[in-house]
Amino acid sequence: MALQAIAFYLMAAVTLIAGLSVILAKHPVHSVLFLITAFFSAAGLFVLMGAEFLAMLLIVVYVGAVAVLFLFVVMMLDVDFSALRRGFAQYLPIGLVVAGVLAAEMVMVAVSVATTGAASANAVPAASGPDVSNVVTIGSVLYTDYVYVFQGAGLVLLVAMIGAIVLTLRHKPGVKRQNIGAQVGRTPKTGMRIVQIQSGAGVEEEATR
Amino acid sequence: MQNFWTSPGGWTLLAVGQILLVVVVLLVSIAFLLLADRKIWAGVQMRKGPNVVGPFGLLQSFADLIKFVLKELVIPAGADKVVFLLAPVITVTLALVGWAVIPFAPGWVIANLNVGILYLLAMSSLGVYGIIMGGWASNSKYPFLGSLRSAAQMVSYEVSIGFIIVTVILLAGTMNLSEIVTSQDGWFWNWYAFGGGDTWPLIVIMFPIMGMFFISALAETNRPPFDLPEAESELVAGYQVEYSSTPYLLFMLGEYVSIVLMCALITVLFCGGWNIGIPIPGLDTLPPTLVSFIGFLVFSVKVVFWFFMIAMAKAIVPRYRYDQLMRLGWKVFLPMSLGAVVLVAAWRVFMTAGA
Repeated sequence: MALQAIAFYLMAAVTLIAGLSVILAKHPVHSVLFLITAFFSAAGLFVLMGAEFLAMLLIVVYVGAVAVLFLFVVMMLDVDFSALRRGFAQYLPIGLVVAGVLAAEMVMVAVSVATTGAASANAVPAASGPDVSNVVTIGSVLYTDYVYVFQGAGLVLLVAMIGAIVLTLRHKPGVKRQNIGAQVGRTPKTGMRIVQIQSGAGVEEEATR
Repeated sequence: MQNFWTSPGGWTLLAVGQILLVVVVLLVSIAFLLLADRKIWAGVQMRKGPNVVGPFGLLQSFADLIKFVLKELVIPAGADKVVFLLAPVITVTLALVGWAVIPFAPGWVIANLNVGILYLLAMSSLGVYGIIMGGWASNSKYPFLGSLRSAAQMVSYEVSIGFIIVTVILLAGTMNLSEIVTSQDGWFWNWYAFGGGDTWPLIVIMFPIMGMFFISALAETNRPPFDLPEAESELVAGYQVEYSSTPYLLFMLGEYVSIVLMCALITVLFCGGWNIGIPIPGLDTLPPTLVSFIGFLVFSVKVVFWFFMIAMAKAIVPRYRYDQLMRLGWKVFLPMSLGAVVLVAAWRVFMTAGA
């Protein structure tokens, strides 16, 4: 359909230009913003392929959470650009190797799709019916065939989270913390005392909490 | 004629027309909701509120609009000009695109997505970018700090909103907003706020969950009592310090659009959307357009009710401190909503046979 073709070329072009701008942008914050644009239009391409669930997950997880953290870090770091530029030639060979491997893989996939057709190239379990949404399809595969892998991935994330907390949590002594339960549980009995003051005598100091 | 509307050109025209209709109706109603917000606030404080422009001050919002547009646009010298101007545009666009999946009445929805609720979650999680970009591009410490506070707040409350939405998805068995509304038709006890019909004992969980969603929606849209980014009595205006004229107007507009979007979301998820709540005999015999129109009126009444609740919260609740806000989000709402997901899922698995 003509509209889908227009949408595809529009979003593919935006993805490519944004991806190129990520490495060409002078300012790292601009790079991250271009990266977000690339994520966003990639999600649009997912929708065109009929994978709307994956597209929404891509936006919620990568754009809504991961890229926000990227942006936080990049905004708050004081990056010295000239120092970064100096290391460019040093890392050029290994970068070229990685790029070459990626390009070779992409060419191989493209060749296999061109020779054997797209249907055999992506051997995904087909949806059980035309009107079954792909949320249902993914769920029925994820929680049956791949349940151990799925739970294992969840455990890895849990371990990473606990590790991050253990590394950063410091209990400083001498910091006054608010104890909401104790505040709410205060009664007139514990909160105040009635003192009969003799004339000429002061009030004796109670030990402060 | 039938062929024209299904052809690509006709389809595009139709879609653009629908989008324009929704946006125009939405923006005009927001002009009056904004006035209602100020009037309610004034009423609680025994003031009169805006009452000069037009009868009862009805045209106040339009006067404000003209004033904002005619003011001089000031861009700070060190600002990143493109990002600075892009930020409010992004805020207002993201707030508006969320309305694409809201079902106003039977069949009245622009995009009937299968993952409509995830789409809304995605769009509201993107809303944080307008704020971060605006704060950073101003190239000044105060907007930047304000934007960090605001972004941290929005990210925190998104988590509990996500879990609360999961409980409704578990009950409805679908992520399509129209289907969620149709699953709540009939009597009002079928609404998910009251446990949702067959699963009525879940009212013990779902009714408090609705309250938590309401409070999280306040925090997510930076409304009082969680308006820490602005906190006009304590701070400067957070991420929008350097903004003036139309960009500032766009920030405010985006904020109000997302507030009303949250009201619509509570209506759809918990209060039955366009359903009246009492089965009226003979409603089905009326022409479908009339039924849809009645549904739209019911939907609007519910949205206005929730907006009234939000306005009242602004008027009567004192502002939270920042650490209290974070404590509420992470230590109270997150465990409670997670527990609710576990309980509702367990009920669905063990108590509803053949579900």
